[in-house]
Amino acid sequence: MLRETYLLFRHNLRATLRQKIGIVFGVIQPLVFLVLFGPIFATIGTWETLVPGLIIQLGLMSTGMAGFGVVFEKRSGVLERMRVTPASRLALLLGRVLNNAVTLIIQAVLLVAVGYAFGLRAPAAGVVAGLVLVVVLGLSLAALSYAVALTLDDQLFAPVMSTAVLPLVLLSGAFLPMSMAPGWLDALSHISPFRYVLEALRELFAGHYATGTVGVGVAVTVVFALVSVAIGTRVFNQENA
Amino acid sequence: MIKTVGLRKTFKGGVEAVKGVDISVEPGEIVGFLGPNGAGKTTTMRMLTTLLQPTSGTATVAGHDLLGDAREVRRRIGYVSQGGGINPAAPLGEELELQAMLYGLPREAAGTRVREVLARLDLTGLESRPGGALSGGQRRRFDIAFALLHRPVLLFLDEPTTGLDPQSRANLWDHIRALRAEQGVTVFLTTHYLDEADALCDRLLIIDHGRIVAEGAPAELKTGGRTLDDVFLDITGRSLREEAGV
Repeated sequence: MLRETYLLFRHNLRATLRQKIGIVFGVIQPLVFLVLFGPIFATIGTWETLVPGLIIQLGLMSTGMAGFGVVFEKRSGVLERMRVTPASRLALLLGRVLNNAVTLIIQAVLLVAVGYAFGLRAPAAGVVAGLVLVVVLGLSLAALSYAVALTLDDQLFAPVMSTAVLPLVLLSGAFLPMSMAPGWLDALSHISPFRYVLEALRELFAGHYATGTVGVGVAVTVVFALVSVAIGTRVFNQENA
Repeated sequence: MIKTVGLRKTFKGGVEAVKGVDISVEPGEIVGFLGPNGAGKTTTMRMLTTLLQPTSGTATVAGHDLLGDAREVRRRIGYVSQGGGINPAAPLGEELELQAMLYGLPREAAGTRVREVLARLDLTGLESRPGGALSGGQRRRFDIAFALLHRPVLLFLDEPTTGLDPQSRANLWDHIRALRAEQGVTVFLTTHYLDEADALCDRLLIIDHGRIVAEGAPAELKTGGRTLDDVFLDITGRSLREEAGV
């Protein structure tokens, strides 16, 4: 299974790198927020608060929409061609989500680099630890995105996902910390795993590593990843996938 | 090579697409699986290629149990779906090499095998092109190339020549005959072209409303000076069928 995962990862990464402009386009919206909203936010908050929020936004928008790829593969018959090979269903999923996670990391590094140019001053160790968390989050989101893409009618994927992503971004506290929100909204945001991941990311970017918030964020991220990959594999196994 | 007993598929919502099909195919045969739209051809083929789980019944395909040993079945069969599986955007040589390696071939052997298959199907020189840049006939031959990389003993072809011009059809028939003659590959194919079934197949199975309704060599079925079209219409009727996609 490891070999099959690697083969599919390499193949998908090659395809992604053939369209480098796609990587840049994926990060444009968070960059626009960074450049046009960041300086305003910096008057009431810090770059170490905003940039992790934009990374979560990037994750949800980039890997959350990864299912588009499999919609295309389903329509062209490529997915079915691969499903008649002896390759394991988990490998068919992992080969794709690892590529999405690598793409997310490239985009996040670009975002952080521009953030530094604007005034972000996060410690290198915190940024690296944060990016590891982002990789795991990227895997989870991509796996879920594929599951949604294979479950829904092809035409529904884009409207459903684009409708789901915005409230998830806002509820995570990406633009303003949820501690500023009214009680009901703050309570509602606790349902979203992205809030915990984002709070951990902010702690790491602030140079605080051994805190309860980081511990909870890491635990939520790992559990979310395990559940998402299990759901993704189950859907890849389904007969009509 | 294929042996099914009471193979049945009922979809969610209660649609009974295949109602207990018994099929027997011997090694080296070219068998045509005919039927009107919605008769159950594609559903049966998707079950035999492990893509759909039968609701009930048993089947042995290429020497392995379809339900208990699906991965071993996949190692031994090739499948060309009705719509094909060509990526319109990627160089097909890369796609072929990946497919060969997913069947377990080491990288170097995969490259060699890809070149062999391309040569066999008159596709050499086209491997750097994306699928979108090829003609219908070339795309269909690439579909077959994907299915042959691992030297399958049994090849499933779902309407392999639909939409092709007469030259491309004749060319594909030659390739299918050569596969059987030179490598002993067993072929199980569906088609709506009865002249194709007549010219290519040793034996025909006709399915209608999810049941096998006739079986025999083309010459055996064409009794009383009837053409295969007459036989088919006599057996399945002349009323139009809905495109059920099963």
